[in-house]
Amino acid sequence: MIQRKPARWLSQALRSYAILVYAFLYLPIVVLVIFSFTRDEFGVRWTGFTLDWYIRLFNNPRLMGAAVNTLIVGVASTLVATLLGTLLALALERYRFRGRGAVDGLLYLPIVMPEIVMAVALLACSALAFDLINALTGHVLRRNLVTVTIGHIAFSISFVTVVVRASLKHFDRRLEEAAADLGANSWQIFWRITFPLILPGVIGGALLAFTLSLDDFIISLFLSGPGTSLLPVEVYNRVRRAITPEINAISTLMLLLSITLVVLSQLAQRRR
Amino acid sequence: MSDTPAIELHDVVKQFGATYAVDHVSLQVGDGEFFSLLGPSGCGKTTTLRMIAGFEYPSHGEVLIHGRAMAATPPHRRPVNTVFQSYALFPHMSVAQNVAFGLQMKGVPKHELGPRVQAALEMVRLDGFDQRRPREMSGGQQQRVALARALVNQPEVLLLDEPLGALDQKLRKEMQFELKRLQHRVGITFIFVTHDQEEALTMSDRIAVMNQGKVLQVGSPTEIYERPTCRFVADFIGETNFIEGQVVAHDGGYATIQSHDGLELRGVTPRPVSVGAHATLSLRPEKARLLTPDQAQSVQETFRLAVKVELVSYIGSDTRITVRLNAQRTLDVWEQNTRSTLDRNAYWQPGEDAVLVCPPENALVLVE
Repeated sequence: MIQRKPARWLSQALRSYAILVYAFLYLPIVVLVIFSFTRDEFGVRWTGFTLDWYIRLFNNPRLMGAAVNTLIVGVASTLVATLLGTLLALALERYRFRGRGAVDGLLYLPIVMPEIVMAVALLACSALAFDLINALTGHVLRRNLVTVTIGHIAFSISFVTVVVRASLKHFDRRLEEAAADLGANSWQIFWRITFPLILPGVIGGALLAFTLSLDDFIISLFLSGPGTSLLPVEVYNRVRRAITPEINAISTLMLLLSITLVVLSQLAQRRR
Repeated sequence: MSDTPAIELHDVVKQFGATYAVDHVSLQVGDGEFFSLLGPSGCGKTTTLRMIAGFEYPSHGEVLIHGRAMAATPPHRRPVNTVFQSYALFPHMSVAQNVAFGLQMKGVPKHELGPRVQAALEMVRLDGFDQRRPREMSGGQQQRVALARALVNQPEVLLLDEPLGALDQKLRKEMQFELKRLQHRVGITFIFVTHDQEEALTMSDRIAVMNQGKVLQVGSPTEIYERPTCRFVADFIGETNFIEGQVVAHDGGYATIQSHDGLELRGVTPRPVSVGAHATLSLRPEKARLLTPDQAQSVQETFRLAVKVELVSYIGSDTRITVRLNAQRTLDVWEQNTRSTLDRNAYWQPGEDAVLVCPPENALVLVE
């Protein structure tokens, strides 16, 4: 194929276009970050630099409580989803069993399904479960952090499985044969050979699950109970009243955490 | 060394669905032998090796290692180690960790690991490489690590699955020598899988030639090359001219066949033949001689085929000549260039008349 150098004016036009597209994508975020440092109490004009909003944020018990809840739910759901997702990936890659095709296909459903559908389904499900428990034991349960965590686990498993499977696809099974040949039993093969080699994929999956849990809104809104709301829900509740630089500040912090996690997950997967 | 064979296969079959990957194979490999499984790809040689290693289980028949039946023994409990074609080094471990792996699995005490790993690396001339990662090493070096990793366990039998397949020609020759040297030194039985006939001839004490899941012939390199018992073996090992016909007479290890184009040719019979049987005469190109009609007058050899030189290829050590016998048939003759000369007349020229001669002990009559 012959590649011609585009005309000068065209190349400049293309460059401007690219800049505009990126500005469209990132300008709002840049504005958000900048206005988290403004003195203006409505957070929409630049009237000078301050860190006040960050300090206020850390002194706000409701926001901090929501942040702690978010971290608890994030860590708990990530641990469980990573464990289950990894086991599912191993089963799908390693074994032939009846219904494997169906399991494989259903795996992608939670990824493409509208989240609202899953949220409603989980809500209905939890209501049903609570009714059952009430009827059987007489205990009255309410939605709390456990229900949100279960919801987050439910949608994270698919993502973890997809990422771990990708690393299993590249895995050279002959390494496991070599280990068996050198006297390792199945348990030793898994922990000494298979697991260390798919670990970058597992870490990548875990970081993805954590990021998803961190900024999930719909399922968190539906499944959290009174007084146990998560950060995105809390932020939404505040924004409904008024946008303050405090919100800008907490959004900036969440952005920072998300970027860090994404970078870490990329690094983990590159290290193969 | 003991009298019990290192490896015995009794009527071993491996079926994958309806196909026989290994078809009723029986073999005995002596203690300390360098034994090759040779054949084209898909002939069942690797499957045979994998059944000895324990990665596959026979559909029928038995594998014994030093007299012990292996039917219920998984790979990690067998006294054999494998060098894989792809090396299969553990990428997340250093060279030293790779080599120590087998010893750790066996529960060798920690303080013994270091010296034994060092000794193994010295044996393959890789001392000083212990902290490297496999991917930082060349193919030849990785190959040596794979060898050290297997040999450090002092297996009763070492299995090698086309271990030199991925190396370039020069390195291959070096490693062939290195493997022979190592085998002498450690005295372990080697079972070597290859599709390269030259490699098998160079290195082996004995060779089993396989095709389509069956062992066609087992013998020393000379036996396999000089006395192949069937057409496939004669064809697969080295090069040869085939002339088909029917046996018209036989006596004392020789037979005469009449070819379809009327030639009467005599040769050795590695297996008994009977008159009227369909047979193939195999004539190795280096075993025939090409003479001028004048020279041929005084030579007492059974074959005397009047031919015309058709193609002459000078390849340095040899000159390879294709001669035409009749409208249907050409034969190849190789002459060693024992004289150093630029004289054009010292070499055959296309179009010349010649006589192909060959004593009957240099030709073979093969029946299927």
